[in-house]
This record gives sequence, structure tokens and C-alpha cells, in this order.
Amino acid sequence: MTTRVLIVDDHRLFRAGVRAELGPEVEVVGEAGDVDSAVRAIEELKPDVVLLDVHMPGGGGQEVLRRVLGKGSPVRFLALSVSDAAEDVIGVIRAGARGYVTKTIGGKELTDAILRVADGDAVFSPRLAGFVLDAFASTQAPPIDPELDSLTQREREVLRLIARGYAYKEIAKELFISVKTVETHVSSVLRKLQLSNRHELSRWATARRLV
Amino acid sequence: MRATAPTCDDAGTMPDKPPTQPPTASQAADAPYPRLRRPVEGRLIAGVAQGVAEQLRLDPVVLRLAFVLLTVVQGVGVVAYAALWMFTPSVPHTGPKPARDWAQLTAYAAIGMALTALTMLTVGTLRGFGTWAIAVVGIGGLVLWQQADSLRQRWVSGAVRKVRSSWLRTAFGLLLVVVGAIGFLAASGELAAAQTGLMFTGVVVGGIAVIAAPWITVLVKELQDERRERIRQEERAELAAHVHDSVLHTLTLIQRNAHDPREVLRLARAQERELRNWLYQPRADADRTVAAAVKRVAAEVEDEHGVPIEVVCVGDADLTPRLNALVQAARQAMVNAAKYSEASVVSVYAEVEPEEVTVFVRDRGKGFDLDAVPPDRMGIRESIIGRMERNGGAARIRTAPGEGTEVTLTMKREEP
Repeated sequence: MTTRVLIVDDHRLFRAGVRAELGPEVEVVGEAGDVDSAVRAIEELKPDVVLLDVHMPGGGGQEVLRRVLGKGSPVRFLALSVSDAAEDVIGVIRAGARGYVTKTIGGKELTDAILRVADGDAVFSPRLAGFVLDAFASTQAPPIDPELDSLTQREREVLRLIARGYAYKEIAKELFISVKTVETHVSSVLRKLQLSNRHELSRWATARRLV
Repeated sequence: MRATAPTCDDAGTMPDKPPTQPPTASQAADAPYPRLRRPVEGRLIAGVAQGVAEQLRLDPVVLRLAFVLLTVVQGVGVVAYAALWMFTPSVPHTGPKPARDWAQLTAYAAIGMALTALTMLTVGTLRGFGTWAIAVVGIGGLVLWQQADSLRQRWVSGAVRKVRSSWLRTAFGLLLVVVGAIGFLAASGELAAAQTGLMFTGVVVGGIAVIAAPWITVLVKELQDERRERIRQEERAELAAHVHDSVLHTLTLIQRNAHDPREVLRLARAQERELRNWLYQPRADADRTVAAAVKRVAAEVEDEHGVPIEVVCVGDADLTPRLNALVQAARQAMVNAAKYSEASVVSVYAEVEPEEVTVFVRDRGKGFDLDAVPPDRMGIRESIIGRMERNGGAARIRTAPGEGTEVTLTMKREEP
């Protein structure tokens, strides 16, 4: 069974490029170029994964996430952007995307990322891992919710290896754990990132306009 | 690469001109014997002082003070000014005439007033308390007027300039004027008589204020809008200049090098990096921090060897000599990875922790046998391991043929 994908991006050339690069495991069922048509296409086509551009006319990726996930849709989102600004990355993850990759990613890696998101796992680029480590380390204030507001030692190790450019398989080998366990750790970090209501997280993202 | 660079240099080597000197001054200075003329730009009354200043290559302020002084002494200044006004042609001027700087003019008037009063005091025609009061009013007015514009800071004496807060100076000036005015009335024995007059004046001024208030509000708002619009235009101009100098230039280069994919890739990467820096980098940090330095050396290596280097930084710290050694060792590791590993991309991860800083340089290239490296290969032994150990840090290299390479560099942070 192939994974059904919808590509949402306001650059036609880029959509065509992604379509050509994706492997045979995924099937592109449609494209959309703005927020409204993206929301419509998701309702009609019911794709497994939406490849979502962060910057688009009419509110951008976050607006699509808000309108679709607000209705309780089971569709999963993978954010794809040229921007590496912390506020964009953290913003779109907090809005509900299951992962974030930059547009420079190769076709093979993008296909893998789509399949991983389709399986319900999270996809972290090295840069996103760096942001998360930075954001969770940047405060001295005691966490409001200890479970959600801090990372475990193991999660930290996994994120650090992602930031160092390791693939999940390499991380598993390095830490003597299974790939499935790596995925569990990353998903847990994603959940904390989305649910933690620590103000520092958002404030950090806007304050640090990092590359 | 930047087209604006030469003009920047020009601006840098030009001597700083006083801000009030108009562009016509430099034009007139070019001619060997410039004719005495009255320029329109920068004039206060008729441009006489401005014109004479250009002729003599002096600051117009000197001439204006001279005219004021001569006027005070015997009224000669006024006569001289009038004569020069009549016999000097004015510089032909096109376009809207620039507004006179009334504030400066008032300042000169205030100086004249203060000087007159002081002269009378010293010369002795009108010795008495009342003349002192006029002098005080003049000085107070001067303080108030210089206060209105930062450009007129040159009017302030050193003692007054030391009073930093502007409202304090304003209050000081107001106090001088009011005390001087009341003092004058009291001295001439007319304070009691003037009470009705003062009341009348107060009512009239209050009435005018009420009438003029909406108009002044609108005026202030328009001024603010205009300033905002100007800032917006300046930003737009800066953006346009930047896009022109960087992106358009690179696109041209890419078209010209279309046959060389490696060069095209290098140009595109370099431009992307530059644009990202410009868009997202906090402008304050120059090259003073570890993260900025790691990104900079990565960019240099990327440019030199044409292999993309992905940099991720967590935390940051000021760049000390030891941390600089760490960055240089990391640079050597990047160079090795880019040159010998044959990997398509190099990953760099720098983490600043409270006690130590760690940099990982990793590639998925062909790797090598560490023991088989000849002792004379300076790159690894000297530039990486040796440099780290000399500075109290440690380098660990993990590699095997076919398994890529990861260099881990650790340096303790210095005690503050």
C-alpha cells in the first residue's frame, strides 16, 4: 500500500520538483497553492500526509494546520520550508506538524520522512533538534509541569545525535537501542514540544532569530 | 561583489563637514576666486553671512556672531549687513526655496539681546537691576532654543551640556526667562501696574492655545506620519540595494557559469547563506561568540571546497582565546572532511554548556585508518589534536575505512 501525499506550496516549480523526486513508495494525489485550496483538497482527497510549506499567502502553513486539525482530522503534516528561523520552526511544530525538514533535503530522505510521519512518528531535522535542545535548556525557572517541561537524559542524547547528523538507524546503533525506541523518544519530545505550555518556549523562539 | 563598495570608501575618506554647511559651499570652494554671492540654501536672513563665509572659507557661525557683535557695539553690523545685501547678487536657485532656520535666527537674536544688556551694564549707560534682567532673559531664551534641536548642540556651553536630561535644561531656560521678565518689571517699578496686563496676556495666550491646540495636534501627527513614511522608504531602499548587490549579482553569475554545475552550486550556497544571515541573524553579534565563529569558519570552508556544511549550534558564549583555538581546530576538521572524505555533506554540531564547549564534525565519507596516517601529516596531529591539547582541551577521532569520520572536540570554558 502506498502512502498518499498532498503537496501544499505556493511555488509551482517547487511542487513539480518534489513530485519528481519522491520515491515509488509514495503517491502524490494532489497539489495546492494557497491556504483555502489546501484546506479544500485535504477534505476532498483525504491524503495520509500533507507536505506543508510554512510561508504561503493567506496565513501560511500554520493557518492550514489550525483549520484542518481544529476539525479533528486524522491527516498528518510534515512541514517543509526554506526558512530556518526558530519562530517558524517552533511555531509550525507547536501548531501540530509532526516534523520539519528544510527544502534542501534530498528526495530519498524526504521519502523516508514522509513514510515515518505516515507511521505516526516524528521527523526532526538536525536544526530542529538543535532548537529544541536550546529551548529546553535556556531557562533556569523551575518547570510548571515536570513531565512536560523537561527532557529526559535519554531524549537529550537522542536529540544531540540528531543534531550531530546521525540517522535514526545510526542513533540506535550508537545507543544500543532499537530504531523503534529512537522513534519513541523523538515522538515523546514532539509531544512535549507541542503540549508544554511553558512561556519560555515561544518567547525563546521569537527572541532567538537564529539561522 | 558589492557595487556600492567604492562609494562607501569615498564616504569614508571624505572629511566630516559641519552639518549646517550646504552643498553649495563645496562647489564655490572649487573655483579659484569665487565671487561673493548670497546662497539661498542655509541662509538665515538674506544669505549674506553664508556668502561671506563661503568666500572666506569660514564657518558661517563665525560671520554671524561677528555681525551680531558689530551690531551691539555701534550698530555697525546692521549697516554692513544691509550694504552687503544690496551689493551682492544672490545665487540663482531652482526648485522650492528651503525654509529658513528660524530657531537659529532666534538664537542669534537672543545672543544679541544678552550682549546688548551686558554691554550696557559694563559701559554704564543703563546700570541697574533691570538690565541684568534683560541679560538673564536673553540667556534663558538661548538655552531654550538650542534645546529644540540636537543639531544646535554647539550653542551649548560645556557647563550646560553636562546637564544631561533635556527637560532639566528646558526648565532651566524657562526659569531664566520668567525670572528675568519679572525681575525687569520689578526693577522698573511696574510690577504692580503690570498685574492687570499680565492677567490679560495670560487670558489671551490661553485662548490662543485653546484655538490652536487641534491644529497643532494635526501638525504633530502629520510630522510623525511623515517621519514614519521616510523611515519606511529608507528601509525599502536598503532592501532594494541589498537585493541588487547580492541576489541579482549572484543570479547573473549563475547564468554566466551555467556550464559549470560545481560553480553554480557554490554560488547558490554562498548566496543562500548570505541571505539567511542578513534575514535572520541578530545584527548585534559580530564575530564575538562561539556560534558566530563556528558558522563563519564553516562558511569559509564551504566556499573554498564546495562541499555543503550544515551547522547546528546550541547555546552560545563569548569567544575567548581557548575557545578560538577550539574553533580553529574545528575548522581544520571541516577542511579534512571536505577535502578527503568525498562525502556530499558535512555535519557540524556545536554545543555550549555551562562547563565546557563541544564541537562535532561528522561526515559519512570514506573514512580512513587512523593508525595508518603518516606522522608527517600535520593536519590531524598538529592542527587538531596538538592544538586542542596545548590549550587544555581534547580531541577524539572516530573513523574506520568506509564508515565516515567524526571528530569530537571538547574544551573547558575558562573561569570568568
